[in-house]
Amino acid sequence: MGIPQYWRLQQQNYRLMGEVCNRCGKRIFPPRDVCPECAQPAYEPYQFSGRGEVYSHTVVYSAPAGYGEYAPYAVALIRLEEGPLVTAQLTDVSPDEVEIGMPVEMVTRKIREFGEEGVIVYGYKFRPAGQLAEMKAG
Amino acid sequence: MRDVSIIGIGQTPVDEHWGKSLRHLAADAVLAAIQDAAVERADALYVGNMLSGVIAGQEHLGALIADFVGLRGIEAFKVEAACASGAAAVRLGYIAVAGGLADVVIAAGVEKMTDESNEVVTSGLAMAADGDYELPHGVSFVAINAMLMRRYMHVYGVSHDDFANFAVVAHQNAVNNPNARFQSSLPTSRFLDAPMICEPISLMDSSPIADGAAAVVLCATELVKDPARAVRIRASAVATDCLSLHDRRDPLRLDAVEMSAQKAYMQASVAPTDIDFFEYHDAFTIMAALSLEASGFARPGRATELAREGAIALDGRIPVATMGGLKARGHPVGATGVYQIVEAVQQLRGEAGANQVAGASLGMTQNIGGSGATVVTHILEA
Repeated sequence: MGIPQYWRLQQQNYRLMGEVCNRCGKRIFPPRDVCPECAQPAYEPYQFSGRGEVYSHTVVYSAPAGYGEYAPYAVALIRLEEGPLVTAQLTDVSPDEVEIGMPVEMVTRKIREFGEEGVIVYGYKFRPAGQLAEMKAG
Repeated sequence: MRDVSIIGIGQTPVDEHWGKSLRHLAADAVLAAIQDAAVERADALYVGNMLSGVIAGQEHLGALIADFVGLRGIEAFKVEAACASGAAAVRLGYIAVAGGLADVVIAAGVEKMTDESNEVVTSGLAMAADGDYELPHGVSFVAINAMLMRRYMHVYGVSHDDFANFAVVAHQNAVNNPNARFQSSLPTSRFLDAPMICEPISLMDSSPIADGAAAVVLCATELVKDPARAVRIRASAVATDCLSLHDRRDPLRLDAVEMSAQKAYMQASVAPTDIDFFEYHDAFTIMAALSLEASGFARPGRATELAREGAIALDGRIPVATMGGLKARGHPVGATGVYQIVEAVQQLRGEAGANQVAGASLGMTQNIGGSGATVVTHILEA
């Protein structure tokens, strides 16, 4: 991906901004402008909470080009509490502690650097839920 | 609409062809198919391929290969639908002949994967997934299938060991296929001990990348000169789904497989019980299981049981991967769908040698692109 591609996705990648269908009420992420349930236009922005649980997961050892230096890393499908599934990396957790059903929350993290200029790409990852509260209490 | 038959087949061994370029591989298969069909000309050539741009730095394969095989001037272009590119090229040929726009069409599939590093090939294959919402997170194609497999095991309470039979059967069938990548049997113990590459997917759950090319010649049935060797296309059906696993209605139900199979059954006026063998898309053992279920051969969550009962063996109720499948014949991605059809024609002509399915008269092939976004199903009849 090039810089313009990432730039166009900043609302989704930094804020988990999706859409809601005005007709059937389905919450949609990633946004796609047409409701996958009822095929009606869906342009209304919708802010997702970032809370969800692990639907499935694995660890990438043999990474695609541009990601090799970060391997191994855990990736997962997250079931957001509003309904959609989302593909993302897991962070702040040892891969062998991850389980299906584990509550997680979205955080903004560095995804990678690329190109000669070392452009840093930020985006959503998910970590075990409740870590912030624990830190404050601690 | 005209009835369409396959009158010629050609294939190269699936291997690491360091000495041959993309165009030479394609030419080997196309020229063999032309010779087998005993035709001198064709109206069009459609070439299924996924990764020539990424790996060989070469696009524009239609004109390139038409020229290279001595067919300069004819209609020709490349068809891309990720791992389903090969069968998509056959589908396009079917449309042209059935629709009366062409009498004789060559459909080929070619892929040259071993010229590049593992990293480049991994990136190229991953392009079958969603470039905005899956790939930026560093997922590989294997990782997508691994997440699918883990969820399947969780929901249906099956273990990794339960998938062994899909790989063991494929390897057993490849032993007698001189074109297969791995002509060796796979003891169950070796499946069970195989190293994990992306948990829960092990090396032995996975089909190998390779180089290869295959081709078929399609002809209007009314013009066929040698009906004894011709194989009729009874159904040709494509269905699609979203690219990304996360956008699926239910990731464990391959909706496009179901739609494409149901369309094919309707076109041919047959039921799954009428199918004598099934060349399925066992890129990973989880895909084998999900394909059997969505195509109506097993209930959801029960495909491993079907395999354990011996139903998928050559003498079983629904033999699969009769020449080794993706797992052992090999998976040169854009060529795979054409290999499946070539092998089905071998079965239906009674030319499958030691792997001949007794009395085979109706065979089904199914080529899956990505994690289930493009599915091409054909039903062929002797």
